[in-house]
Amino acid sequence: MKATGGILASEQHTKELSFDPNIIKEDFPILKQLVHGKPLVYLDNAATSQKPSAVIDAMTHYYSTDNSNIHRGVHLLSERATQAYEEAREKVQRFINAAESKEIIFTRGTTEAINLVANSYGRANVNAGDEVLITAMEHHSNIVPWQILCQEKGARLRVAPINDDGELVLEEFEKLLNERTKLVSVVHVSNALGTINPIRAIVEVAHRHNVPVMIDGAQAAPHIKLDVRELDCDFYAFSGHKVYGPTGIGVLYGKANLLDAMPPYQGGGDMIATVTFEKTTYNTLPYKFEAGTPNIAGTIGLGAAIDYVNQIGLVRIDRYEHELLEYGTEALSQIPGLRLIGTAKEKAGVLSFILEGVHPHDIGTILDREGIAIRTGHHCAMPVMERFGIPATARASLAFYNAREEIDALVAGIHKVKEVFG
Amino acid sequence: MTDLQDLYQELILDHGRKPRNFKALDNATRSAEGYNPLCGDKVKIYVEMDGDIVKDISFEGAGCAISTASASIMTETLKGKTRAQAEELFQTFHDLVTGQKAQLDAPELGKLAVFSGVSEFPIRVKCATLSWHTLRAALNGAAEVISTE
Repeated sequence: MKATGGILASEQHTKELSFDPNIIKEDFPILKQLVHGKPLVYLDNAATSQKPSAVIDAMTHYYSTDNSNIHRGVHLLSERATQAYEEAREKVQRFINAAESKEIIFTRGTTEAINLVANSYGRANVNAGDEVLITAMEHHSNIVPWQILCQEKGARLRVAPINDDGELVLEEFEKLLNERTKLVSVVHVSNALGTINPIRAIVEVAHRHNVPVMIDGAQAAPHIKLDVRELDCDFYAFSGHKVYGPTGIGVLYGKANLLDAMPPYQGGGDMIATVTFEKTTYNTLPYKFEAGTPNIAGTIGLGAAIDYVNQIGLVRIDRYEHELLEYGTEALSQIPGLRLIGTAKEKAGVLSFILEGVHPHDIGTILDREGIAIRTGHHCAMPVMERFGIPATARASLAFYNAREEIDALVAGIHKVKEVFG
Repeated sequence: MTDLQDLYQELILDHGRKPRNFKALDNATRSAEGYNPLCGDKVKIYVEMDGDIVKDISFEGAGCAISTASASIMTETLKGKTRAQAEELFQTFHDLVTGQKAQLDAPELGKLAVFSGVSEFPIRVKCATLSWHTLRAALNGAAEVISTE
């Protein structure tokens, strides 16, 4: 997209300036507040990102002017709502470069998308003695659905190891693939460590063994320009709320031939063609997997979020966030007693750390009083914590509206923590 | 900073760094495990009862300064107390950390009074009460791991 004026100035201009997060911040009303009397420094973006006015306004507009049910009304409001809903699907399709819009299934989020694949593809294709392969850096939502499936089917969940930097050991991953492996499910960007997995290589290896690959892209979609056809993954999931959209809406991408062959996940309205008490025939893609009235406003909000992100440009976002990550890594590394957890060479904007003698929860409370919002705990990745022999970490996660001064505030806050704890 | 100083009083920091009675108890007659999924805090409480009296008490686990100090000071406070006294203290302590009573005048709290600052940090109440909930489970003989959730 050709950018014009303001923050969307010419490429050459932006290269010099890189980026001005303080101008971008103007788009996010929530960021203008004080917390405990201090300017809010929001560094919990991996948990959820903040929403620009464009998203909030799109949802307000929908409820104020177009609200009605989709795909069935003959009246104008329903027509407008249906159009807006389906336009959002096409925006998602272009956002991840899917071949067809029917390959885009709206879900509640990444978790529901993974559960959909586990329940539908998994139950149809994984049998007793089969294996599902994941990695040691998965979020609980990419562990538990497979555990449930394996338990039900008498199948086995295999886990590929990670090294001390938090990187997947690709040779070990490949060794775990065999004729019993029915599916691989891997995180694109680790929420606890920031590691960016080499998805292209993973897919290539798995496909060599004729194993389809599902990608948990919850942390990747906000930061990396996605191209599911280039990645050649079979399924890809992400959440609206981490990509500056609303909560309660997410996406499952699946290759059409796989989705077509899969049984429905949930039964209800919208997913049927005809129903009698004897037999029901199912609707075509994508509706087969969208039972019940969907989150229409959320879908429209997600579409607006994608427009917003596209306007700024994911390539620029990625480049700026990487600069910020390097700045933050350097700044945190200089604090005595601080250890970064997750030091992969390929990394997205996550600074997970522990501080000698201070529990992450105490770090979080003291930083909060400085107006700094971070996440503390196991980040729904308890096996990752166990791998590093720690109960929890403090995690600062970055977005493109974060400024270097906010990293400086974080560093000052950590020094305050050390002061309190002597 | 005053809120923080109220929360992280010197006695709490001291017990957080150097917890007392931090060990397994060989003669324990009861024990229970507690878990706070919010922050991953884990605690195991050991109690040796002599009739109705807490003869000895200890704990093990990993947690933040507030939960560690709370467990440590709890074990110091409860040695020699009866079950009923322990239960009463828990009630009073709970009132203190949740700020339910505006001006709590309870000399029986002793050192436990340093946790008054917790009431300004509602999210940390679970840290302060995890060991107490676990103690109650141990005394009542509940078999499962106690969770704050």
